[in-house]
Amino acid sequence: MIAPRASRRSLLAGLGAAAAGLSLSPLAGCAAKAKIGPNGEEQKLNLYNWDTYTGKTTLADFKAATGIAVRMSLFATNDELFAKLKAGNPGFDVIVPSNEFVTRMRIAGMLERLDLAKIPNRANLLPSFQTAPFDPGRRYSMPYTWLVLGIGYRKSKVDGVPDSWKWVMDSSRYKGRIGLFSEADDLVELGAKYMGHSVRRIPLAVVDQVAQMYIRQKPNIKIFHHDEGQDLLLSGDIDVVMEYNGDIAQVMTEDPDLDFVVPREGSILNSDCLCIPKGAPRPDNAHQFINFLLDGKNGAEVYDTIKYPTPNAAALALMPADYRDNRVIFPPPEIMARCEYADFEGIERAHLFDETLTRIFAA
Amino acid sequence: MPALPEPTAMDESWRRAKAVFATLALPPVVWLVAFFLIPLGIIWAYSFGYNQSLTHIAVDGNLANYAHAVRPLYLGIIFKSLWFAALTTVLCLVVGFPVAIAITFAGEKTKVWLLLLIMLPFWTNLLIRTYALMAVLRDEGYINWGLGFLWAAASQVTALFGHPLTPFQPLELLHNNFAVVFGLVYVQLPFMVLPLYAALDRLDRSLLEASLDLGAGHLTTFGRVVVPLAMPGIVSGVLITLIPSVGAYLTPDLLGGPDSQMIANIIERQFKSANDWPFGAALSFLLMYMTFLAIAVQAIVARGRRGARP
Repeated sequence: MIAPRASRRSLLAGLGAAAAGLSLSPLAGCAAKAKIGPNGEEQKLNLYNWDTYTGKTTLADFKAATGIAVRMSLFATNDELFAKLKAGNPGFDVIVPSNEFVTRMRIAGMLERLDLAKIPNRANLLPSFQTAPFDPGRRYSMPYTWLVLGIGYRKSKVDGVPDSWKWVMDSSRYKGRIGLFSEADDLVELGAKYMGHSVRRIPLAVVDQVAQMYIRQKPNIKIFHHDEGQDLLLSGDIDVVMEYNGDIAQVMTEDPDLDFVVPREGSILNSDCLCIPKGAPRPDNAHQFINFLLDGKNGAEVYDTIKYPTPNAAALALMPADYRDNRVIFPPPEIMARCEYADFEGIERAHLFDETLTRIFAA
Repeated sequence: MPALPEPTAMDESWRRAKAVFATLALPPVVWLVAFFLIPLGIIWAYSFGYNQSLTHIAVDGNLANYAHAVRPLYLGIIFKSLWFAALTTVLCLVVGFPVAIAITFAGEKTKVWLLLLIMLPFWTNLLIRTYALMAVLRDEGYINWGLGFLWAAASQVTALFGHPLTPFQPLELLHNNFAVVFGLVYVQLPFMVLPLYAALDRLDRSLLEASLDLGAGHLTTFGRVVVPLAMPGIVSGVLITLIPSVGAYLTPDLLGGPDSQMIANIIERQFKSANDWPFGAALSFLLMYMTFLAIAVQAIVARGRRGARP
């Protein structure tokens, strides 16, 4: 009787010791591995980025060039990024918010000012991106990509080219085959654009009209998607969808029956930017990384993989013709002239837009 | 002897060894307080606050968030969520009761396999099960593919008589309220079946035999003997199904259409894109107050019924 009890207990003790040892040893390894670089900072970088948003060899190239190992964490929406950093920076050095969140985080004091002397490659940027309405003088952010919202569609199921927001917002022509964004501000702002207003400082009466329009259109809409519109278009669940040009360009390589158009009323510009959050433990490494991404060759590697529009003239010059001349990735200038950046207009505005979306869904 | 009641079998375990009980109970209680009650208390405090800036919430005891939450727009959505949850519960009861009876009266070996079949989906992540449902219900999913195949075959047959059928129109099974209720029933069914089975398993078979011997038919036995005896199981099954269904977020988000917004989706938006944590907290706690009220009413009714019994 005694022998089995002793052997079971000693087995458990042995397993416990082994587990403790196994779990503690990597920590010991970690502490020993971090080297200090010539700038006095650990040779590490914590990057908080969107999914599939770097080139295939970008991070490895950066390590080869500078010896800094990049650890990338992923987020899916700007809200996730904001919520994660709201309570304090958990150790990220470089983050990639969209333009509206650059404004929000700037107002909330969550971004470090950039030391522009450490980012000489910013001269590579196209003139229109050297400054931005949401970050004058580019003191807090460097542009990484830019995007424009438009209508992705399946050519064989649609009459001609649906080059107006009417076809997704105000018409039953494609009843049951329409997909719209479920982002409150995008929906309201584009609705206002369709009605001929700017996307900024939309009057309350126009917000109400836009809400009524969407409520009337609801029977024709199949789904309010969360940025998987291009997958729904590809799989044939819907035929017209409100989506970003970069997303549609990616699925167009898989299915030649798809196309994209920016409606003639104009649209919203977006720009994903590289920023350094306040309290970044390795700001010098962060500046080096941002400068690295703004280089022509490294940039070309990124945009070749992700196929999003680039604000980088040097990278653009190195891209193949089927990217440079792609009218989906780079809409014609007369259309771009009618696109504008949306702006963060205060907490109350955000609440108003969200309540408008709730009203639309509840009707 | 002091005025303590005679120690029964239950009292033995903890009154006699209070120190041991306290030591063993301390870690879970500390965990409960630190990681459940305190965070819940913080959110409760937020529901009485307001957004001072983008990142800071000031708590000043105002009721503006609750006033906002009881406006018709939000009350309507809460009642719609309750309606979906009630529908889900009724369907789960209708489907789950026969399943529980089948398991109870099955042979020993079959019982194990049937229980395994019910519990196996538990071991798969909810998100994966919901995506699997999407693959089944889509316009080009398995149901529509099967129906389309049969339709085409039937069309070939009728074409022999010169009247081919019109092209198959896929059934709209996804991105509408039907899909949401279907998904909720699918997810909540094990929660209904297991308590029912537990209650039915404890049933004394001799009571059923006595009822049949005394001349009651099977249906009367079922209605007047089985159901009242299984009532505690039914009540707990209903509660375990109803309350999570009211707060369902993933199912209406993935399977629902433009009309299928439930209260949890609105609360999620308050904590993310709208950045209005005080309002989201107020909505969440409104649901919690309603749940407490329901449980309190149920307890009062149960006590009244126990008191009325001779």
